[in-house]
Amino acid sequence: MPDQACPAAVKGNRFSRCLRQADIDNRMLAMIIALLVIWVTLNVMTDGIFFTARNMYNLAVQSSVVGIMATGMVLVIVCRHIDLSVGSVLGFTGMVIAYLQVHVFPLGAAWNWPLTILCGLALGGLIGLWQGWWVAYRGIPSFVTTLAGLLMFRGAAYLVTDGRTVAPMDKTYQILGGGIDGSIGATWSWILAGAAIAWMVINAVMVRRSCRKYGFADKPLLAQLSLLTIGIALICGFVMVMNAYMKPRTEIPRGIPVPVLIMICVVVGMTLLTKVTRFGRYVFAIGGNPEAVELSGIAIQKITTLVFMVMGLLCGVAAVITTARLNAGANSMGSLAELNVIAAAVIGGTSLAGGQGTIAGALLGAVIMQSLDSGMVLLGISSAMRQLVIGAVLILAVWFDVAYNKKRP
Amino acid sequence: MSVLPRPDSQTEPSDDRPPLVEMINIHKRFGGVHAVQGASINLYPGEVAGILGHNGAGKTVLMKALSGAIPCDEGEIRINGEKVSITSPRDARKFGIETIYQTLALADNLDAPGNLFLGREIMTAYGTLNDRAMENEARKVIERLNPNFKNITDAVKNMSGGQRQSVAIARAIYFNAKVLIMDEPTAALGPQETAMVSELIQQLKNEGVGIFLISHDLHDVFDLSDRVSVLKNGKLIGTRRTKDVTKDEVLGMIIMGKLPETDRPV
Repeated sequence: MPDQACPAAVKGNRFSRCLRQADIDNRMLAMIIALLVIWVTLNVMTDGIFFTARNMYNLAVQSSVVGIMATGMVLVIVCRHIDLSVGSVLGFTGMVIAYLQVHVFPLGAAWNWPLTILCGLALGGLIGLWQGWWVAYRGIPSFVTTLAGLLMFRGAAYLVTDGRTVAPMDKTYQILGGGIDGSIGATWSWILAGAAIAWMVINAVMVRRSCRKYGFADKPLLAQLSLLTIGIALICGFVMVMNAYMKPRTEIPRGIPVPVLIMICVVVGMTLLTKVTRFGRYVFAIGGNPEAVELSGIAIQKITTLVFMVMGLLCGVAAVITTARLNAGANSMGSLAELNVIAAAVIGGTSLAGGQGTIAGALLGAVIMQSLDSGMVLLGISSAMRQLVIGAVLILAVWFDVAYNKKRP
Repeated sequence: MSVLPRPDSQTEPSDDRPPLVEMINIHKRFGGVHAVQGASINLYPGEVAGILGHNGAGKTVLMKALSGAIPCDEGEIRINGEKVSITSPRDARKFGIETIYQTLALADNLDAPGNLFLGREIMTAYGTLNDRAMENEARKVIERLNPNFKNITDAVKNMSGGQRQSVAIARAIYFNAKVLIMDEPTAALGPQETAMVSELIQQLKNEGVGIFLISHDLHDVFDLSDRVSVLKNGKLIGTRRTKDVTKDEVLGMIIMGKLPETDRPV
């Protein structure tokens, strides 16, 4: 039995297998290390300003818009497409939301802002349907379709009010943007953290049980426990940092910002979508070999259209956060966001050749990008210089990806 | 190493039973290219029908009409005597027609269970993918095919040619195929794996599965098939019992489109 012949090697394999099932491969590990190095470096360079609760809170809020859209971009890129229109779609849906809220629906009505959100999400989904239909059923390359979308929806965003900015938004609606009142407070933050930890533990137990049911080798307890501990520590640490930032001139802790909460929901939802649903499986299979998927009798066009619809829907979510945060609708919202979103997905390990990518990676990519950007702002580096650095990081990340893929068997 | 239970006696295909598959006067055009020009072919339960021909003779296109990958323009397909319409791979699977493609048609980034169950996943009661059940089933069928094949949860791209072939074969036989189309099943295999495929074909045959074996390797086809059909330039030259013809005669059919002199048509 090889199991007894070389226990050390098997143990190593099991540990890496355990890591792999938690979606942490070498690439992901390298990214986490990169993020930590960036954080520590920036903290040293800014004399400790970077690690203040205030900066981390802002970093989390700023990452959420790009993070949300990057999770959708992962699906798009995994099935060998690209979506260049996300920034314009954000601008257009955001303008429609703001216009409806301020100029169409009665001001102050309780149903006003929830309905505008629904309209915005529906519009995002419809735009996705439109673009997905051209790509999937009419065979227009996604690059062209969404390049056209980039122009069209930016124009549409302008036309909603002929370029005028719409403001102010509903008071309750502004909470979604993560402003002064846009967080859930200390108590709720801890309640959510407790729920998340409970879910992690239950999930780990369930996995062990189902492994046993099918007679598979249990994952090593030690590895699983240490992963669980790291997860719990991260959750607690995150909540503590968010609670350490007070509302202005008070001692009231802010807690988790609402946009970050939305992002967490999106990340969990999208992770489940890719891991446990047929749809997610097919998206990855399309990226691996579209012909094989077609020969398996799967309606490849339907899946592709759905992917673009999910992307559009997430643009709608991002538009809600952006307008709530700005407390206005401006037609330039989301300009060049497509580049940040694609860069976040790619830095997060999504392969442009398709078939590879994780939601968690995209989130990490978004946080890395935002950390660099806001860290450099703290250092007083000019915006031109910041663009230069972030461009260079993108090249480095893809170069790492290429080198990593070459080394594998 | 029995893959499937072996019946006591081997049944010879006989013509009084209704054919499992009849393909009648099939035509397929690609623009100006008339790839298949009125070929007719049939298959009985427990029979291996070899399909021979040059590259571009129309073998694969004819079989893809049956597997639903390339629906035919004209002609009739009957399954168990009933006329059916096969316009997609899904239709073909519904009639118990499974195909092992020459390219294997595997999604390289998925693992073996992911490929085996692609399009026919096992779901949990909550409507989510039941990965562990699929892995369990995949392990059962793959280990019987290839006992040394343990790393089934690796991405298929990291597997050897023989392992990839095992995955493709496992996918075709797992769902109780009635008709199996094998397009060059041994083209990428070493001698040992080729022997495994031969044994598998023998066992499936005893189970009553009808097999279309596409190959340009004359020896393979002669060893395994009960009848051979030869295609040339999209036309069926003829179908003969394998034991009634010599390799030279079949070669004459393939190269010159000439029927044997002492002819005994089926």
